[in-house]
Amino acid sequence: MSEGHSTYTPKTGIERWFDARMPLPRLIYDSFVAYPVPRNLNYMWTFGGILSIMLVAQILTGIVLAMHYTSDTTLAFDSVEKIMRDVNSGWLLRYLHSNGASFFFVAVYIHIFRGLFYGSYKAPRELLWILGCIIYLLMMATGFMGYVLPWGQMSFWGATVITGFFSAIPLVGNWIQELLLGGFAVDNPTLNRFFALHYLLPFMIAGVVVLHIWALHVVGQSNPTGIEVKSKTDTVAFTPYATIKDAFGMIVFLLVFAYFVFYLPNYLGHPDNYTVANPLKTPAHIVPEWYFLPFYAILRAITFNVGPINSKLGGVLCMFGAIAMLFLVPWLDTSKVRSAVYRPWYKLFFWLFVADAILLGWLGSQPAEGSYVFMAQMATLFYFAFFLVIMPVLGLIETPRRLPNSITEAVLEKNKGGSGHPAGATAAPETKG
Amino acid sequence: MKKILTSLALLGLVAAGTWMSSAGAIAAEEQNPAAPTHFPINEPKEMSWSFAGPFGTYDKAQLQRGLKVYKEVCSACHSMNLVAFRTLEGLGYSEAQIKTLAAEYTIHDGPNDAGDMFDRPGKPSDHFPAPFPNEQAAASANGGAAPPDMSLLAKARGVERGFPRFIFDIFTQYAQGGPDYIHSLLTGYDQTPPAGMVIPEGTHYNPYFLSGVSLKMPKPLSDGQVTYDDGSPQTVDQYARDVSAFLMFAAEPHLEDRKKTGFRVMIFLLLFGALVYMTKRRVWADVAH
Repeated sequence: MSEGHSTYTPKTGIERWFDARMPLPRLIYDSFVAYPVPRNLNYMWTFGGILSIMLVAQILTGIVLAMHYTSDTTLAFDSVEKIMRDVNSGWLLRYLHSNGASFFFVAVYIHIFRGLFYGSYKAPRELLWILGCIIYLLMMATGFMGYVLPWGQMSFWGATVITGFFSAIPLVGNWIQELLLGGFAVDNPTLNRFFALHYLLPFMIAGVVVLHIWALHVVGQSNPTGIEVKSKTDTVAFTPYATIKDAFGMIVFLLVFAYFVFYLPNYLGHPDNYTVANPLKTPAHIVPEWYFLPFYAILRAITFNVGPINSKLGGVLCMFGAIAMLFLVPWLDTSKVRSAVYRPWYKLFFWLFVADAILLGWLGSQPAEGSYVFMAQMATLFYFAFFLVIMPVLGLIETPRRLPNSITEAVLEKNKGGSGHPAGATAAPETKG
Repeated sequence: MKKILTSLALLGLVAAGTWMSSAGAIAAEEQNPAAPTHFPINEPKEMSWSFAGPFGTYDKAQLQRGLKVYKEVCSACHSMNLVAFRTLEGLGYSEAQIKTLAAEYTIHDGPNDAGDMFDRPGKPSDHFPAPFPNEQAAASANGGAAPPDMSLLAKARGVERGFPRFIFDIFTQYAQGGPDYIHSLLTGYDQTPPAGMVIPEGTHYNPYFLSGVSLKMPKPLSDGQVTYDDGSPQTVDQYARDVSAFLMFAAEPHLEDRKKTGFRVMIFLLLFGALVYMTKRRVWADVAH
């Protein structure tokens, strides 16, 4: 889609001056005005933009919060409360930031599931997808470290449990754990390095986001049909078409976000984190933030030893394996058809996978006992089967529906009312918007 | 085919949902009344609070009564370290009233120019002084369990709502788990434990307690204990309501501000969203998509 030649013509003297020296206006024009996007993108494609504004919002609120925060175990909790009580609009900044982290993950999960549904990871977009997976990993590290900073009970015990995973790794595990903690237990050095890293990682995310967008602008966006752009009629200009649609998507997302910030600011948090960390008092149930719960359920589902691998190491391997699956998706999916719109069986299994992920999340919040353990084991089995069995096998045996010849054809068929062609079934809610 | 698949997927979701709720129900049925494994034994009662909902505001008279209960009863054992006297302006007190109120307290300050620590009357910028010099002293005076600081208690306590209630809570804006819990706990004493239940010595049975059958704190309130001068009933239930509301204020003094700002933000986003949507319709009007 980056056809190469720029259509930018500098109109004023100052634009010509810049264009001859450093063509920044040209870059902006080509990337955000003239850039061609498929005309059939639905609202699922607005989450990239939504994620960008969430990243900016998190960095801005975070920088101001850091001006008032103290990363010392004896002062951290009270400094956060000082922000909540005495800093002008401090309660707003802090609730925006803590709920912003959650909604960052809401958006990234929708973005990832969008990619899985429409096969956005397939050639030539493998690198784009992997850069996205790296951003997701960095986000998890940032979110985890950020949750430790208020130094509440869940901060402390969550950090203790999660850094404890690393000790399961043979030979180097204890060394890694001590390096993370800066000692033998979660303490002041841990809090200090987590604060430093929590401030650093978002800028690394921003760097990878630049690469992610660069890669996107080389290969162009995929679209609900999964058919590549073939002619000019398949696309519209980024501005005004995509900008106005993205803007509307962002406002709706911000509405939901604001609802939580102003009316349910502690709904997504844990009450125990309003009690200052106490290394001598373990909470009844240690639960991580909601966005880690599916992985936490997978970790705890492994209650048995397999040969030389004990249950602890097995759990850690499965948990990291669950994330590693995402990196492999471009090569696990053998189907020649991108979009689930034309893959009836994949579509079914995709929605089962979504249900499975939600079930795992719920199980992660429950104590690991009784029937919950068995349920978590079954759900974990399906999680891995989806990637390792269903994705490769389905691509080989499934008969996809007839694909339209082009995006334009798909759009025109749909607007005709979907009569006649069986592919008129593209008049699906997935392609509306 | 598409319809069949969609309904299959929906069926799967419903099945998963029923499975989840039935698993919860089984877990609940497994309880033996004499040896419960899940706490609290009884769920907190949901009360109606003036500060609930999108337009909730604190009932200032209630907060003043709650402060009285805190001062006369709770503060004997519970600190409230994070709350400054000046915060009490939110209870409707004037600056002069707060000065008088703060001066009732003795604050340990210093060192002065001679290097000595000294006692002085409190100022509005001071925080509530703690009843014990440190946590160990608090624990040893209270049978080994230090009474928790009350500044954030209303946000630091909450009973898990469980599926599917936690979904409904989003739409009903239920955020009063803390005050509901405190009220239920305070009114939950004086009940007879089920036959066969072992209550450890030095503890008091309370089916609303979050982490066991009983707690170290004896029943703190009794009818008529605190005198109200506004004619409100002087009952344990009323005291418990008032002090729970006050503790919510102590934990979240900017709650009214938050909800007011929230309403403006929602109105702005709705109007702006509507305008952007109409613009979007206009822009896309002649492009089939």
